[in-house]
Amino acid sequence: MDNKFLVVLEQRNGIIKKSSFEIYAKAKEFSANTDAVLIGASIVDESQLKQAGVSEVTFIKNNDLENYSSSAYTNILVDFIKQNSYEFVFIANTALGKDLAPRLAAKLDCGITMDCTNLTEDAGNLLATRPVFAGKLLLQQKLTSTVKIFNIRPNSFGFTAGSEVETKINVKETSDICLSVKTVDVKKAGGKLDVAEADVIVSGGRGMKSAENFNHIESLASELNAAVGASRAVVDAGWRPHAEQVGQTGKTVSPNLYIAVGISGAIQHIAGMRSSKYIVAINKDKDAPIFQIADYGIVADAFDILPVLTEEIKKIKQ
Amino acid sequence: MKIVVCVSHVPDTASKINIGADGKTLDTNGLTFVLNPYDEFAIEEALKTKEKFGGEVTLISVGNDSFKESLRKGLAMGADSAVLLKNDGYFDSLSLAKSLSDEIKNLGAELVFVGKQSVDYDNSVVGQMLAELLGYNSVSVAVACSIDGNKITAEREIEGGKEVVEFNLPAVITTQKGLNEPRYPSLKGIMAAKKKVIEEKAAKVFDNHSEFVSLLRPASKSAGKILGTDVSAVSELVRLLREEAKVI
Repeated sequence: MDNKFLVVLEQRNGIIKKSSFEIYAKAKEFSANTDAVLIGASIVDESQLKQAGVSEVTFIKNNDLENYSSSAYTNILVDFIKQNSYEFVFIANTALGKDLAPRLAAKLDCGITMDCTNLTEDAGNLLATRPVFAGKLLLQQKLTSTVKIFNIRPNSFGFTAGSEVETKINVKETSDICLSVKTVDVKKAGGKLDVAEADVIVSGGRGMKSAENFNHIESLASELNAAVGASRAVVDAGWRPHAEQVGQTGKTVSPNLYIAVGISGAIQHIAGMRSSKYIVAINKDKDAPIFQIADYGIVADAFDILPVLTEEIKKIKQ
Repeated sequence: MKIVVCVSHVPDTASKINIGADGKTLDTNGLTFVLNPYDEFAIEEALKTKEKFGGEVTLISVGNDSFKESLRKGLAMGADSAVLLKNDGYFDSLSLAKSLSDEIKNLGAELVFVGKQSVDYDNSVVGQMLAELLGYNSVSVAVACSIDGNKITAEREIEGGKEVVEFNLPAVITTQKGLNEPRYPSLKGIMAAKKKVIEEKAAKVFDNHSEFVSLLRPASKSAGKILGTDVSAVSELVRLLREEAKVI
């Protein structure tokens, strides 16, 4: 394809997201005519761009854009897309991308497809595949407007850094920004890894029996550098915060490894994690539906297995 | 304050979803539909706002007659009125947002609450689109929201934390679980809701910018290996994760 593609990169706390690079690499497969744009107050570490193989990026700079502002980002990008006549625009399905992408579609009066897990070329257009009904079905969708916005689920294509390139950074200072919606503070949740971004997730369910028992889950997660996840039942019981909930009314995740402990596998939970690359289930009940989708299962009491598993992982790391 | 809540009517999350004969729409036979769970937080927040500052809460849906059931539930929770913008055809998200924004302009609403996503097509876009179409400030995935005069301070979930966001009315807020505890309709509320008239009018139709090509079932995963029933299975699990899956 020789259409003009644009990938919107995202940075938080000076780190450019892996999902941004993943999409950039994918977009380049379709069109050599792929540009990248980044918005912010500064680029803390330019080597990230080099290592990820980004040859050229437009950096739209303003000192007041240390944090996300939906109003500023929307106006900046709408102008940028119009000025450069981009036709295919890509944004990751992160908290920022999910907020921003539909705003662009409304302002550009164009088609949008959210949370795509696959893209294939189809007669000069892209056919997008996305999970619907929380992953119970897949929808193949085509956008028919001239400008098209594709919002992509992180970890759908995978990303490994190739060879380093020289990155040309075109800095565009912008003074006239709209801050009618302004982020005044960012509260960190203890610096813990978020389920939506983790490569490995260890999730606990009702089988953990109490909030205190989640220390077993946390120990294993910490050895695996994993995020802690939770089923709806334990969030509703107040054992874990909602931010950790995986499933239809929580987060949809697709890590490389998902370890479900004491989770029976209600249809709503499975909907949120079925696209994980590998699934491990540990459950006392051999008939638990989670075993139907697990790659590896152990039918046993979580409290017997977890300490031993944690020790084994610790050993191989040494 | 004139408050609007946009309401969606969706298959119950416990439903098994089947594909229709055309291969690209739902087979709705035997499906139970409910008020979209995230819209319950939107209705609750609207009612709380009204209780604090006075005003009127109007529900709006775009859909067919069956949507009245969810509108009726919202009225039973305490909303004052409801409008059904009738439509049977396919509206993509932007067309839907345009149709809603048109009615919101008619009503002159200052504050709009929308569930952060409908648990059917899971787009999570209508609230943000509405804000841009209306030219209102907005926040999505709100888990906290306070209003002081003209100013709104809200918290939204992001990866590993929350953003605290400030903006002025008029505004659109999309609601996430955690924002509040939706009330159950009281018996009195249910009786009162039966007497309320749901206003019906034709939804304004706009050109779609997207089309469905097909609906598919995800490749079913074959059940994996059960490695054992006690701790002796752990070392085999670790070996497989390292050597076969190569994920640790």
